[in-house]
Amino acid sequence: MALQLPREWRWRQERYRLIGGRCRRCGQAFFPHREICPRCLGEDVAKEQFSGRGRVYSYATVYKAPVGFEEYVPYVVALVQLEEGALVAAQLTDVDPTEVQIGMPVECVLRRWRTNGPDGNIIYGYKFRPRLES
Amino acid sequence: MAGSADVFAIGVGQVPVGEHWELSIRDLAVEAGRRALADAGLARVGAVYVGNMLAPTVNGQQHLGALVASWLGQRQAEAVTVEAACGSGGAALRQGYLSIRSGAHEAVLVLGVEKMTDCVNGTTTAALAMAADAEYEAGLGLSFVAINALLMRRYMYEFGVPRQAFARFAVLAHANALGNPMAMFRKEVSVAEYMRAPFVADPIGLLDSSPMADGAAAVVLASGELARSLGRGQVRVAGSAVATDYLALHDRLDPLDLVAVRVSTARALGQAGLSITDVSFFEPHDAFTVMAVLCLEACGFAGRGEACALAARGHFDRGGALPICTMGGLKARGHPVGATGVYQAVEAVLQLRQEAGACQVQGAKVGLIQNVGGSGATAITHVLVRE
Repeated sequence: MALQLPREWRWRQERYRLIGGRCRRCGQAFFPHREICPRCLGEDVAKEQFSGRGRVYSYATVYKAPVGFEEYVPYVVALVQLEEGALVAAQLTDVDPTEVQIGMPVECVLRRWRTNGPDGNIIYGYKFRPRLES
Repeated sequence: MAGSADVFAIGVGQVPVGEHWELSIRDLAVEAGRRALADAGLARVGAVYVGNMLAPTVNGQQHLGALVASWLGQRQAEAVTVEAACGSGGAALRQGYLSIRSGAHEAVLVLGVEKMTDCVNGTTTAALAMAADAEYEAGLGLSFVAINALLMRRYMYEFGVPRQAFARFAVLAHANALGNPMAMFRKEVSVAEYMRAPFVADPIGLLDSSPMADGAAAVVLASGELARSLGRGQVRVAGSAVATDYLALHDRLDPLDLVAVRVSTARALGQAGLSITDVSFFEPHDAFTVMAVLCLEACGFAGRGEACALAARGHFDRGGALPICTMGGLKARGHPVGATGVYQAVEAVLQLRQEAGACQVQGAKVGLIQNVGGSGATAITHVLVRE
């Protein structure tokens, strides 16, 4: 389903700045931000801009894509655990699928997600690419 | 209006799962519904609960409650659609159960229907991804299969289980489907075929995945009083529970722990006054082999990381300690998503009435059926017992 422009705009904090949240009571970090901590259900939560650095928690290579993503096949999707502790689902980019391993260090970059048809808007957002251990 | 303490499953009906090019969604629903009503010996019910996930996107049809009820000869009956993604059928069963328990109706029809072949694959794949979080999973290109593949890869890593160990679940489902005339794949598969099959989303291969299919199944539920007066008091719904969790994997503290499955199983068995050791057979939501594994472990039928090893020893085969997927499961009977939870109920009733033919589990007394929406966000568990 083609996503509409106001929806894309509404997510700009999460999508372009990687703004998530952290619970002041139990310390849990989460992405995206929400008003109730998913771990302790506390309501004292604060927004936090994440570093974008993390490691691959799990990954999969997609061979059969949903509408709008066919041209990218095969592509790699992952759960990334950020340094702050939160998990994020995202595509990996600039990587050969055979290189990916759980625990591999990655960093957040801005990339094209999809185009809504030849005359539609181009949607950008976060992906993750391999990074060298520092 | 006093509620009914007991709820009985007094009639079942199903159509073969498969690609029904000549049948529409309403044709499928009407056929299954008529068969269930005939089996129950009832012409009219007070309400119709339709489980469906994809009709708005794949068939361009909302409002299935009234559509199905009227075409089934139930004009004026109460009727609504119940939606919980791939758990829609089980969710409809739950609503039917509540309706009888509350005393609102003496008899209701629970009907699951899905017509998946009305669109080409990419559209259906995108529609299925709506079970996941649209803003933080599906919108980024994560197919529903890919989300399950993330679970499988992590599982293999955490518990040191090779991919090949999952094959046993596909092999046993296909073996069990051989005796089920309603199953989509009445054909055995081998471990070698499992390993040769192409990837859909690596590590999930074609033989890890349940097939897209058309299908419809229906169950007539009734109060104890009506069931006994009709001489149809053989199968009682002794437990019924739903629990939920975050849609997105990354929102769960431990994605491999299906909390909703664990909680709904405990609630349903608790209502029935039973424990997992009392269960004669289990119909898990084996949409993917990894889901069968995670559900078995969350229910407590296997320790964490141990389900594949138990399967390798024949524990879950028809003659094993806990038969699962007794009529083929989602993998081989087929997975017409919104209908699946009702197929599970139909199959459990047949097992408990000793009418499962070549699929019969000897001495089946307690059946546990479990329908899952998404990758564990909704878990609906029912306990059916032979009276």
